Amino acid sequence: MRYTETGFNLEVDLTKGNIERVPTDPRLTEQHLGGLGTNARILWDRVPPEVDPLSPENVIIFSSGLLGGTLAPGANRTIVSTLSPQTGLMAFSMMGGFWAPELKYAGYDKVIVTGKSPNLVYLWINNDTVEIRDASHLHGKGALETAELIREELNEPRARVLAIGLAGENQVYYASIEHERSSASRGGIGAVMGSKGLKAIVVRGTKDLNIAKPAEFWEECDKVLKYIEFRRENPIKGVPPILAGLGSPQEMAIHDEQWHTTSFSWGNARVRRKDFWTEERAKAWSEIQTKSVERLISCYNCPMRCGAIVPHPELPTHRYMMKCYSKLTYVMGAMADDLEFGFKIAGLAQEYGVDGYTAPQVMAFAVELYENGILTDEDLPGFPKKNEDRFFYLLDKIVHREGIGDILAEGVYWAARKIGKGAEKFDHNTIKKHEQIPIKLGMLNPIYYILWSTGEKINITQIEGQMPQAPFPTKELKEDFIKDWIQIPTGKEEKFKQFIMEWGEEGKRFPFWPPPDLICDLVEWQETMHYIDDTVGLCAGLSSFPLKPAYHIHNLPLLISYGTGLDIDEDRLWEIAKRTRNLVRAINVRRGLRRKDEKPPEDHWKKRFPEYEAKLLDEYYRYKGWNKDGIPTRETLEKLDLGFVAEDLIKRGILTDGDGNSEKKEEK
Amino acid sequence: MKDEKKVKIVKRIKIDADQCNGCRACEAICAAFHAEPKYSSVNPARARIHVIHDPLRDIYLPVYAGEYTPAECAGRNTYTLNGKEYDECAFCRASCPSRDLFKEPDSGLPLKCDMCETDPPLEEPMCVQVCIDDALTYEEVEVEVEEEEEAKIEDLELGLEALIKKYGLDETMKIMARMAASEQE
Repeated sequence: MRYTETGFNLEVDLTKGNIERVPTDPRLTEQHLGGLGTNARILWDRVPPEVDPLSPENVIIFSSGLLGGTLAPGANRTIVSTLSPQTGLMAFSMMGGFWAPELKYAGYDKVIVTGKSPNLVYLWINNDTVEIRDASHLHGKGALETAELIREELNEPRARVLAIGLAGENQVYYASIEHERSSASRGGIGAVMGSKGLKAIVVRGTKDLNIAKPAEFWEECDKVLKYIEFRRENPIKGVPPILAGLGSPQEMAIHDEQWHTTSFSWGNARVRRKDFWTEERAKAWSEIQTKSVERLISCYNCPMRCGAIVPHPELPTHRYMMKCYSKLTYVMGAMADDLEFGFKIAGLAQEYGVDGYTAPQVMAFAVELYENGILTDEDLPGFPKKNEDRFFYLLDKIVHREGIGDILAEGVYWAARKIGKGAEKFDHNTIKKHEQIPIKLGMLNPIYYILWSTGEKINITQIEGQMPQAPFPTKELKEDFIKDWIQIPTGKEEKFKQFIMEWGEEGKRFPFWPPPDLICDLVEWQETMHYIDDTVGLCAGLSSFPLKPAYHIHNLPLLISYGTGLDIDEDRLWEIAKRTRNLVRAINVRRGLRRKDEKPPEDHWKKRFPEYEAKLLDEYYRYKGWNKDGIPTRETLEKLDLGFVAEDLIKRGILTDGDGNSEKKEEK
Repeated sequence: MKDEKKVKIVKRIKIDADQCNGCRACEAICAAFHAEPKYSSVNPARARIHVIHDPLRDIYLPVYAGEYTPAECAGRNTYTLNGKEYDECAFCRASCPSRDLFKEPDSGLPLKCDMCETDPPLEEPMCVQVCIDDALTYEEVEVEVEEEEEAKIEDLELGLEALIKKYGLDETMKIMARMAASEQE
């Protein structure tokens, strides 16, 4: 018997209309655990580097994580992996909600979709009965509306639906996949679904998911739950309220938006409004928030209420669900001072199915081009005067791919190059062709420099975490923070605690402090914990993202071992995460990723130090066992049982046979 | 007889639907707690609690499995509360033929909440323990109950008539005879 996983994937070829239930290889579970890990392996094995992301040959995988659907609180993530039409690299996007656990209960770990259906279809998975159904009547329908209509026609209110909106159907490069209160939105994975003619995947499951060591497993889960309860009463001291608790930032519950509105940039990542958060605004925004949030809601088996039900009378569904930060992204992108605008446009955008980070930035970019005469009234006929109205106008053009919208639908990087006339200069907030969170700061932060540069999720929130954003102002707060900081990996405790204690003191400030080895340790720790979450299917909001999370490198091996019956300790878990990390890098290297792509936008910090930055990057590559161009060396790959990857890279001339032997590496 | 009162402990789960966040942790733990051995599997379809949820109508309603009933209700009513329309079945705890709720997914046998009665007893049923948002809370209250009056003979006659109507006189008599025989043994 298989534990915590079902041992079966569902393989769907939409060209042939073929569906198969395929047993999985338990050895792959031992090598990669599941979720992102096994997804990466499938993409490496099946999608050669020359495949166009929007062609039938691309594979899109909808996966549960290894612990998804078990009693582990927050183990509910759906991990969608494919190749991104925007970046050309592996797309990382995950979402919470209810879909992945339901898939497990239906008896599958993953749904692997390839090919292209001649007409729009949806997939209906009802335990052992799986069918491809016509979706032509759902063409153009909003994502939530689609889910409603499908549940109605199947007469199954308990079915869980993930779906694309019009943006996905029209292959907008930042189209999202929407599911109830969650979206998998980064990298244009909704466009890949659209390219396959797949409108939705619907699942209902009523089977058992087995646990290897039930009593021990539940005991660990119960501890996690008790810790979540403890943290409700004991927020971290000395940090803004939005960072003090667990969960995805509590944007729905917390009304104090000083941190986001004054730290992040407005418009096309242009202006910081340090004096935005006045008492008057705080009051007005709080009233709107109270009015706009009908109920705080959760994902499957998680007590954190990161989402909310938001009334929206203009939508066919009359309500929608929001989480995290999208109430602000449109407001800030449009330089609108009105939070109500944010709630209104976010609902519409979600029904169309666009990424709440990228979409407002593309629109702000277009507004800037217009204001600078690069786009004209000819490109934007009838362009409204007010920024809020302009955003609605642009959203409509983009999702319909109408006029200039057809170009803007490909995101800032590609649009800038297609528009030309100097538009490239206004593309100042993308990394690896992907729009970043709009943060423009003063002094180079060497830890974040490495995170922004080398992260292949290409989204900072998905690789950062657990570290304060600034030094604590007093010794007492520092001491209070480190006294029960148990989340640190074995062997690094003193080093990390010392960092917290010293940070901010004379001579212990960025950019030339801390020393490179500590920078590397901190970066690798932050990123590795995210890779583990995405593999086991845990929400980063309880794990790799917030300060002092409920899950960490010490209880995760126990949960995995008790759940699966495998024997996984801290070192082995770290090694598995490393294996997956290197496999992801290999997939991207094979598709052309190189050192030249690994850099934050030039104006990300005012004060930059090119030589020092290059040295840091060298140091980090060495630390990771990668060569000077950021490619994992043969030795690194072989040590991680990825010899077959090394062989492939050598065969393609990406690695030379000698690569890896010439460089000295530091061990973790 | 009529005025005598007895004190009885009633175990009560209080449901505050306004606090429900729809996470279904109650369903997951219920299914796992009642698995054999305990916690060895999770399958919310086996849970004895179900959260009726319809987010786009802001409906979140935890319902516990009550008694099994072989008969469907004759009609269906809907209730509108604060502008939200609920099917009457939403509030009904029965495992009944009109829906597949509160039935073992394999066998179709009815499920019923047992308040997690176990030896040694738990402080609170598991669903209440995991609901840290307090949509579910537990209390034990003492209530005075009147001693039940003896059933009237007319009621017995009415009941028998209904059984005969449903199963036929022969079948009913056969069962009565068998019960009488086993009683004597």
